[in-house]
Amino acid sequence: MAALDRVKVLVLGDSGVGKSSLVHLLCHNQVLGNPSWTVGCSVDVRIHDYKEGTPEEKTYYIELWDVGGSVGSATSVKSTRAVFYNSLNGIILVHDLTNKKSSQNLYRWSLEALNRDVAPTGVLVTNGDYDREQFADNQIPLLVIGTKLDQIPETKRNEVLTRTAFLAEDFNAEEINLDCTNPRYLAAGSSNAVKLSRFFDKVIEKRYFFKRWQSRFLASRKERDLEEEH
Amino acid sequence: MRKLFKDYEVRQYVVQVIFSVTFAFSCTMFELIIFEILGVLNSSSRYFHWKLNLCVILLILVFMVPFYIGYFVVSNIRLLHRQKLLFACVLWLTFMYFFWKLGDPFPILSPKHGILSIEQLISRVGVIGVTLMALLSGFGAVNCPYTYMSYFLRNVTDADILALERRLLQTMDMIISKKKRIAVAHRTMFQRGEVHNKPTGFWGMIKSVTTSVAGSENLSLIQQEVDALEELSRQLFLETADLHATKERIEYSKTFQGKYFNFLGYFFSIYCVWKIFMATINIVFDRVGKTDPVTRGIEITVNYLGIQFDVKFWSQHISFILVGIIIVTSIRGLLITLTKFFYAISSSKSSNVIVLLLAQIMGMYFVSSVLLIRMSMPLEYRTIITEVLGELQFNFYHRWFDVIFLVSALSSILFLYLAHKQAPEKHMAL
Repeated sequence: MAALDRVKVLVLGDSGVGKSSLVHLLCHNQVLGNPSWTVGCSVDVRIHDYKEGTPEEKTYYIELWDVGGSVGSATSVKSTRAVFYNSLNGIILVHDLTNKKSSQNLYRWSLEALNRDVAPTGVLVTNGDYDREQFADNQIPLLVIGTKLDQIPETKRNEVLTRTAFLAEDFNAEEINLDCTNPRYLAAGSSNAVKLSRFFDKVIEKRYFFKRWQSRFLASRKERDLEEEH
Repeated sequence: MRKLFKDYEVRQYVVQVIFSVTFAFSCTMFELIIFEILGVLNSSSRYFHWKLNLCVILLILVFMVPFYIGYFVVSNIRLLHRQKLLFACVLWLTFMYFFWKLGDPFPILSPKHGILSIEQLISRVGVIGVTLMALLSGFGAVNCPYTYMSYFLRNVTDADILALERRLLQTMDMIISKKKRIAVAHRTMFQRGEVHNKPTGFWGMIKSVTTSVAGSENLSLIQQEVDALEELSRQLFLETADLHATKERIEYSKTFQGKYFNFLGYFFSIYCVWKIFMATINIVFDRVGKTDPVTRGIEITVNYLGIQFDVKFWSQHISFILVGIIIVTSIRGLLITLTKFFYAISSSKSSNVIVLLLAQIMGMYFVSSVLLIRMSMPLEYRTIITEVLGELQFNFYHRWFDVIFLVSALSSILFLYLAHKQAPEKHMAL
């Protein structure tokens, strides 16, 4: 096979939310049998067909970098982690649906990753606080994934899902809620699989077809500004 | 409490309550000591409060906490979900059995007392607590100067860090390229396998074996290489984190605060060496001090310098201050160590168990520190502790503490020496 082009996506989230299981599921379509703590960073590769089903179909490698650790770590650990944040093309934010703290920490995770990788045009000036405008201007595609859906009892499900919908809106990102021990959630053709595929397409487009992506991005922003005015 | 649970939710209210109650009662014990010295409150009411406090603490330490620990451990294991209570009781009974057996090899049982008296329980709790205290203080006595003094800091330059980071990224790239090969191979096998994967009887199976044997052998080789590389990347990551931490410490030591702590470090190291020395002497010469340091210090001063002192008046105040300092620093040190430990090993599953374990350790620690503090107090204040705690062999505890302290200090010196030696060698090899 010819050399396929490369794309780098970070997978961020608190300890124990299920990033390693998620990455394994995405790359091998199998459930991870014995999850153990991730020390440092573990990488896995997923082969993705960009624009599947159209004549423009092309295969890309997507590297999923699963970075371990907690957001409250010492500065030395943070600066060590920062070496992995170079030249990233997309971020998947993972949180645990049964643990509210992990969802709140996502803001800090995203700031940590985005502050590191500052593009010359889109400088993120921040003092560590969260600002919604920053994410509106943010040019790196984000995806929010909530795990351990099976551990939430039916009665509480609605409440949890509304909360996560707000979260995803804050990040200006799509969201997927699933259970990493059950490959059914990402079965081909399900809405989750479609969202995932769309996300990866966005990442690839931004990396390689910048003009096309930029025009689409500006169009969607204009649409949103018009909506807000009304 | 909020600080301990900042990043992980401990949902069970019971756990929090137990922890707070243990902590509260332990502190009350120390307050009582201070009241003793100051002479606040009536003597008989003090005695009563002591007894009450002790009873409650022992109740919690020996009965409630182990039971809850057993309960939470069992509820973590999914198999035994049904009969949680039953298994928790079984675990608790095992604990009580071992707890009792603990008393046998030590000379603390005197035939006068009954089975379930306070003295028995305290003696056992005391043994465990004293061991713990000695281990912690031994390690702390050695670790403290090592951390504070910048003499031990290895020199780390930015170039070192950059070189290590570059190696780390190169390793990650190698892992990625190998994984790409595996993924491509899997995909082609999958696509090809779709056509061939209907084993039509015996021959079909043989054919599928011969066609794919070359591919799969290659794959398993690559997989092994990937595993080795991942292990390497983990090591490199840990080393880089270590270097960053050292660099931070070097910068910190250049500030005023850093210099101040450095100075303290020298003091501490002298104090620790003196303590180790005293422990050795105590063991070698088989002697347990009869009078406390304060009175002896004052006596020495009076005798040598010939200053007219009102010994009783000053000894009361000085011992109060000293005891207060000891209490405060030991509580603070314990809580800080517990917090660090908790951050290091907690996960969302076992946080309940860990909190309870910490409560147990803390309770035992405090009870035994009351035992040992008796040593540092002048004669007239010792009486109430002796009264309350019954006829325990206090001398035994002091000796036991010295032995374990010495062992722990020596082994931690050895351990730190090895760790210190290994690290610069690793950097030389780069």
